[in-house]
Amino acid sequence: MRGRPSAAAMVAGFLAALQFLAVPLARAEYADVLINKRSEKEGMRPVVFPHWFHRIRFRCKVCHNELGFKMRAGGNDVLMVDIIEGKFCGMCHNGQIAWSPENCDLCHSGKPGTPTQIFGGHETSGPGRW
Amino acid sequence: MVALGVAAASASVLGQDRSWLPLSKDNVHDPLSPALRLLQEPGEALSKLPPDTAGNMVRWVEALETGAINPRTNIFPETKVNVLDLDNWLNTNGSMPVVKFPHRQHTLWLDCANCHEHLFKSKAGANKLSMLQILNGEQCGVCHGAVSFPLTECSRCHNTTFEEYRRQVQKGPEAKK
Repeated sequence: MRGRPSAAAMVAGFLAALQFLAVPLARAEYADVLINKRSEKEGMRPVVFPHWFHRIRFRCKVCHNELGFKMRAGGNDVLMVDIIEGKFCGMCHNGQIAWSPENCDLCHSGKPGTPTQIFGGHETSGPGRW
Repeated sequence: MVALGVAAASASVLGQDRSWLPLSKDNVHDPLSPALRLLQEPGEALSKLPPDTAGNMVRWVEALETGAINPRTNIFPETKVNVLDLDNWLNTNGSMPVVKFPHRQHTLWLDCANCHEHLFKSKAGANKLSMLQILNGEQCGVCHGAVSFPLTECSRCHNTTFEEYRRQVQKGPEAKK
């Protein structure tokens, strides 16, 4: 049978929880997507895709309907060769609408070692599966 | 100190400070990446848009409707841009207030095919919605909680009292679903 936690332990736990809440954790902007299916294996930094930046310029339907991006982080198999051929990101990242694929670092700017994910803002931290 | 901690905690939980971390400190970008000198900072763009207390701290639909932003609707000239002005009543028998689902605001951003028929059937009443699934990133939770306003904002969807719902349904049968 487990004993009750001591008062001191409870206070310490409470303070630890408070500190966790009070100190703002370094975190991505809401809805940032980190894409690292292949990048690091290929010797590049992972890709950061900021939804906030793109939705100021394009409605969701452009990428998620016209360009065929699935709405699940990690659900899209996008190869650099596709992008260079003008598919997916390459529809705009072609040097005309947005920077061209030679500017590797501008997209491949993620922190090494970060797995593919979307950064959500509520308790579940985004979709439960990807 | 504890009081300070509580104040700071509640301010950040309620999002009252409306500040955005610089890319170099967001724990997602590599601080050593040469891109950080060139990429736009979230605060620079988002601070100019209608304020919110959650997500990106931006009321995105309001930003569209007020013309604060004017994002492109299509890339291919032949794409048909669909906008549907239709409200649906959901959760009309629940313990939470009724949900008035506006197609218009959703189709300003999305195409019909983004939700129909794989996430939701078009036939009214044919969808079994569940908060458990939504919280797990399914149904509405594919976007809400990931990119559109988060699931902490209960009353934005559960937005209509039962009294108001009954009044509106009696008044306008076209809104009844």
